[in-house]
Amino acid sequence: MTYCDRCGDEGVHEACAQARALEPPRYCRHCRRRLKVQVVPSGWSATCVEHGAIDG
Amino acid sequence: MASILDHARITVLEQGVGLTQAGILEVLQLPDDEIEAALQLAHEVRMRWCGPEVEVEGIVSLKTGGCPEDCHFCSQSGLFSSPVRSVWLDIPSLVEAAKQTAATGASEFCIVAAVRGPDAKLMKQMRDGVAAIKAAVDINVAASLGMLTQEQVDDLVSMGVHRYNHNLETCQSYFPNVVSTHTWEERWTTLKMVRESGMEVCCGGIIGLGETLEQRAEFAAQLAQLQPHEVPLNFLNPRPGTPLGDRPVMDPKDALRAIAAFRLALPKTILRYAGGREITLGDLGTRDGLLGGINAVIVGNYLTTLGRPATADLELLQELKMPVKALSATL
Ligand code: SF4
Ligand SMILES: [Zn+2]
Ligand SMILES: [Zn+2]
Repeated sequence: MTYCDRCGDEGVHEACAQARALEPPRYCRHCRRRLKVQVVPSGWSATCVEHGAIDG
Repeated sequence: MASILDHARITVLEQGVGLTQAGILEVLQLPDDEIEAALQLAHEVRMRWCGPEVEVEGIVSLKTGGCPEDCHFCSQSGLFSSPVRSVWLDIPSLVEAAKQTAATGASEFCIVAAVRGPDAKLMKQMRDGVAAIKAAVDINVAASLGMLTQEQVDDLVSMGVHRYNHNLETCQSYFPNVVSTHTWEERWTTLKMVRESGMEVCCGGIIGLGETLEQRAEFAAQLAQLQPHEVPLNFLNPRPGTPLGDRPVMDPKDALRAIAAFRLALPKTILRYAGGREITLGDLGTRDGLLGGINAVIVGNYLTTLGRPATADLELLQELKMPVKALSATL
């Protein structure tokens, strides 16, 4: 099972994928937990408490 | 009868006096085929009263999410089911963000926290963070930490914070539709304290929150009354889970009318393109805005969403022959 990293629902969503161009991920794809996300001017970092750092 | 743009050419362009609320409304109501003329006039006004320089700024969130306030557009309120989690930025990462911002040629770095107002922990983090930035990077430091007490205003001045951002967000009459946990007047009180402290006042808001054109004109007129040093202009980027999450993105033509109208209301103010420009106006919108009265940009990412790459904006400025305002010019 994988989850959408924007809305947290199951599956892959075209609209979410498009929105992600201007947003960092918010949910872990593996466990749908909310990520701890830090946006900085030149990038972002995101971590799941269970699955660790998420790559771009 | 002379049109509003003919009138503005005399009062705003030649005399440097902003339009009244009624005039602003007329600009917001211009037919589509007059938008270009309005932007052209707004550009002339900006060139005449502000010059060709563009002020470049980077912003970073020192404390993200978990805010006790309920601003209906904001993904950082802890009162909505927004996916944004609470997180703090450490000081080495804050300094690194300031360095990266300075490397783009930016003269401004604004530290933002999602709070009603600062507590002792945040003020300490600010004191340490601003000192660390000043020791490592040549850049003006600004802050946006919500509502302040007089003591906190004085503390920020002593840290060397040169500009304070506190947005009124929308006009006084529409504000209760957008925020219920504090009032527009409370925000105004902080702004007055900031003004009296000698810090530069940065105050703008978000358009496209559901306000009428009359209320949008009211907002521009209220900003003109405040006369901030800088006005950041955001366009609603509807955030999932917030009460305004299902609102449509603004019509790009209305966004362009608003840019022209705000410049004609505020001929001498730094008018900054802030959040929502990418989603509202697309890539071409940045050019239209910079040729329509905008003379400042936030480059790179925003607080919880991403912007277009700083290089794209910097290349555009070069192409438009608009120099980036140098740090020395702001001191
Ligand atoms: S006070 Fe600021 S961070 Fe808090 S909900 Fe309002 S806009 Fe968001
Ligand atoms: Zn989705
Ligand atoms: Zn996970």
